[in-house]
Amino acid sequence: MATSITPAREDSPEAGELVPTRRGGYHVLTRYDRRVLMVMVGIPLLLDVLLIWWPTVSSILLSFTNWDGVGSVTAQNFIGLKNYQFMFSGYTLFWPAFLHNIIWLAWLALIATPVGIFFAVLLDRDIRGTGFYQSVFFLPVVLSLVVVGFIWELQFSPTEGFINNAFGLVKSGKLIDWLGNPRINLYSILIAASWRHVGYVMVIYLAGLKSVDPMLREAAKVDGANEIQTFFRVVFPVMAPINVVIAVITTIEALRAFDIAFIVNQGKNGLELLSILITNNSISEASLVGFGSAIAVILLVISLGPIIVFLSRVMRTAS
Amino acid sequence: MGDSRDPSRIRVPFSGQKIQIPGTDIELPMGLDLSRRDVLKIAGYGSLAAFIAACGGTGTTTTTTSVTAKGGSMSLGSYLSDAVPKKGLQDVVDAFTSANGGTKVKVNTVDHGTFQNQINSYLQGTPEDVFTWFSGHRMRFFAKKGLAQPIDDVWNDVKSNFTEGFAASVKGDDSHVYAVPTSYYPWAIFYRKDVFAAGNYKVPTNWDDFKALCEQMKKDNLTPIAFADKDGWPAMGTFDILNLRLNGYDFHVGLCGGQQKWTDPKVANVFKKWAEITPYYSPAFAGLTWQEAAQQLLHKKAGMYLLGLFVSEQFVASGNPDDLAQLDFFPFPDVGSQYDAEKALDAPIDVYMLAKKSPTLGSDSGQAKAFLEYMSKGSSQITYWKASPGAIPTANDADPSQYPALTKKAAQIVSSAKRITQFFDRDSRPDFSGPNSMQGFLLKYLSNPKQDTGTLQGQMQSFWDALPPE
Amino acid sequence: MSVIAAATRRTALPTAAARGIRPGRVALHGFLIAMTAVWLFPLFWAIYSSLRPISDTIQHGYLSWPSGGLSLANYQTVWMQADLPYYYLNTLVIAVPAVILTLLLASMVAFACTQFSWRFNLTTLMIFTAGNLLPPQVIIVPLYRIYLSTPIPMLGSIDIGKFSFPLFSSNGLLYDQYIGIMLIHIVFQTGFATFVLSNYMKTISKEITESAIVDGAHVLRIWWSIVLPLCRPALAAMATLLFTFIYNDFFWALILISTGDKRPITSALNNLQGEFFVNNNLIAAGAMLVAIPPILVYIFLQKQFIAGLTLGSTKG
Repeated sequence: MATSITPAREDSPEAGELVPTRRGGYHVLTRYDRRVLMVMVGIPLLLDVLLIWWPTVSSILLSFTNWDGVGSVTAQNFIGLKNYQFMFSGYTLFWPAFLHNIIWLAWLALIATPVGIFFAVLLDRDIRGTGFYQSVFFLPVVLSLVVVGFIWELQFSPTEGFINNAFGLVKSGKLIDWLGNPRINLYSILIAASWRHVGYVMVIYLAGLKSVDPMLREAAKVDGANEIQTFFRVVFPVMAPINVVIAVITTIEALRAFDIAFIVNQGKNGLELLSILITNNSISEASLVGFGSAIAVILLVISLGPIIVFLSRVMRTAS
Repeated sequence: MGDSRDPSRIRVPFSGQKIQIPGTDIELPMGLDLSRRDVLKIAGYGSLAAFIAACGGTGTTTTTTSVTAKGGSMSLGSYLSDAVPKKGLQDVVDAFTSANGGTKVKVNTVDHGTFQNQINSYLQGTPEDVFTWFSGHRMRFFAKKGLAQPIDDVWNDVKSNFTEGFAASVKGDDSHVYAVPTSYYPWAIFYRKDVFAAGNYKVPTNWDDFKALCEQMKKDNLTPIAFADKDGWPAMGTFDILNLRLNGYDFHVGLCGGQQKWTDPKVANVFKKWAEITPYYSPAFAGLTWQEAAQQLLHKKAGMYLLGLFVSEQFVASGNPDDLAQLDFFPFPDVGSQYDAEKALDAPIDVYMLAKKSPTLGSDSGQAKAFLEYMSKGSSQITYWKASPGAIPTANDADPSQYPALTKKAAQIVSSAKRITQFFDRDSRPDFSGPNSMQGFLLKYLSNPKQDTGTLQGQMQSFWDALPPE
Repeated sequence: MSVIAAATRRTALPTAAARGIRPGRVALHGFLIAMTAVWLFPLFWAIYSSLRPISDTIQHGYLSWPSGGLSLANYQTVWMQADLPYYYLNTLVIAVPAVILTLLLASMVAFACTQFSWRFNLTTLMIFTAGNLLPPQVIIVPLYRIYLSTPIPMLGSIDIGKFSFPLFSSNGLLYDQYIGIMLIHIVFQTGFATFVLSNYMKTISKEITESAIVDGAHVLRIWWSIVLPLCRPALAAMATLLFTFIYNDFFWALILISTGDKRPITSALNNLQGEFFVNNNLIAAGAMLVAIPPILVYIFLQKQFIAGLTLGSTKG
């Protein structure tokens, strides 16, 4: 990093001239090159701002309206904080959906992610067939959540599914309604979601473990630490950057949860999630655009947490 | 369709006496003491009560006027995604193409549930010229939002082929006509005749007999009542009929329209009554689709099923003609209230409409209107009905002599009802009927029918109160 | 780069056999084999159901040995009746241009932000990365309005069977168009790809770029002929991963496409369920047919796939 080449801004001296940069390097970019670079960054940036950040801001604005999605938004549509008021105190499904997202997060964080890490640690040893095991655990990751939902419906279906048949519940008539009982169906689809999440975490963690200096482990072994102690005292702390990534991925996955619940029953009857309430309220026959946007704002605010954590880490490593 | 102009065939054989309502030209069956307000309300809610009233002796006027055009092309958005009705639609479309100078019809079929969920986006986006939809509040809602094209000119050409009841069902709040009604079907309790014969069961006419029959079937190792609510809407059918029977048509309509409160003890009574039959439902019903419950009836695992006539599609699809021959139904039993006499039931009307925002409607308007006129003919409706007998044609000149016993009986149960509703999600606001509102509330009730429903009713009302003005 | 190396290295570790049998190892393998069985079972069950005729399962129940043998009849039914090949084509029409354009755009941003220091390069990277992490539902309503109000030229179409593939747009809008789905994938995935590629490009020595500039090469040429070839492993990994992501998308196509026949295969699966997949065996066959392409990609390009995922997380 001794020298770096800095494209001059428009107000800088003429192209071709050598200009000292902050870091003391020199640059020789022509004006043409600077323009090209600007276009190279500008086009993707423009698209990103227009199709992601502008809609994000619009969602916030829409959340203060009662717009029904027909015609254009007028001054009369602005109703202040009423959508938020109703969401927090009147809409009976908001807090359940919120709770379901929290349960989703807790399940992934406390069960699926640790299982993935555990698999990674087991498979990091030089054992026979480790490649095969890894391939198997990773296989569901390549499948779409829609297909995962379909495959697990074949297991959970009340009368025709594998589980109820295998445990004789169909014959005895004591069916367990895995997907219809609002007390358990969230956990049923969490099992399906975990099937995919575990492999994802495992692969990322494995890649991290490979980069841990073997000397550290050797040293710990010499000090008399057993494998569990070695992992928690030596490996886990060294893996801090990866741990952050895993934490962010897990949180984002939990906040984005949508597909499986939507496939199973459109996200009702115990499967309400914030993402689904947004869709069902604002892009449905109902078209409560303003109210749906208010829920979207809540989801946005929650998502900013992990996003900021992630970005601050990027910042730190970059500077 | 043979000689469909013969009045003796057109006139529905079981039509009773008629009365003319003063000040209107609406004729209604006798035995109804309706005030003018009631009549307007029925008109507003798309009643079929006048179904048999208007004399059907005039036949069709199939004059081709300037509103239609031959040849060319048009597009059609359809929610008829299940195999049987989809085939029916294709048959009609093919017949239309050859009858209308080779008009090319592009059909866009979208899954039934997805189509309904996204209707708002669909109509505002780039819809097809013609689309399949429902009458009632659900039609007027989109008409009022300016997403449907009025079709008064088409209606002028075809109105002689419909009764006043149907005419009222397709009028918007601005009294323009927005749709052509093409079929309707009643909700009733379906059963297999062979199962009833084998078990020596009698069709119950009152609540106690109904429950006793359920008890007997349970002893005989049958699921007494097939029920499935994974889709969310089927439970509304049971709510409708119980509310109609216990609290009457006026209350039900008021509840759907927001004039009555969900916190009313009358609503609590509905839930209490409902809880008496939920123990007889299919196990794990919240995880079953209506098709799966229909399979239970088809395969003699369940005894009865409260659903629309479209349940017969599953019996057609089984491939064994005897299955359909065994299918029969009876009206919901009396519950012992003063409203039993209304014989009220859900009998939704399906319609075809024009989407105002269709990018091609400007050029295809003539063809689209020709299609609507074509769909209003009894012969076209019969073509659809032959492939998909889950609903009854609406046109006066549809030849009922072709109907099998089941369809005739279905037409009769509707005509003998004194009050008719469409269905909860067609009579009430769409933003109150969705998966995260009424469907969710009913599922919450069904997860524990014995609960005190006070809290739930409060939640329903507060949800209603929070909706923006329509 | 070390990650890709790690991914390859991992598959070839022969030393374990030499140690002989130890109880710990036996227990470990026992556990892993059991978990493997658990992991594969749902897939196995779906395949098994898909191979059984419906008459067989109605008569004997799902938990039974096949009395009438297994057959591919369900696959045949699904493939032919539901016009499945066209839906694969829909996916290809969207995914192939989307992957290529995403990689082009992302590599340009990554190139400009890593090979040159300028005031806002970190901010730019953060805008892209953060955009990619947002839940899609947060932006869907306004996005939908944008799609309805953006004019797009209509330049005819290429018709294949009953399916028609318009050049740009068939209705003058982004809504309900392949190009619309393509665009949102490009924009959304550019965030992710930029992040990964910039991590990768940081490992390329800046001296290469610098000396090229001194030699008088234009930046466009440096990007295209020097940096991109050096990034080939990362680009291959990202292409594999992005293709799978786009193939597996459900949400965008669900909301932004209203014509059933235009849906890509994954979101079509839900649409076709009521229409053609009328029993569980057909549903299983349909789901397996949708699952096969990404499984093939995984089998043949496993290295790239895993490298793509891990590049995004272990570096930077």
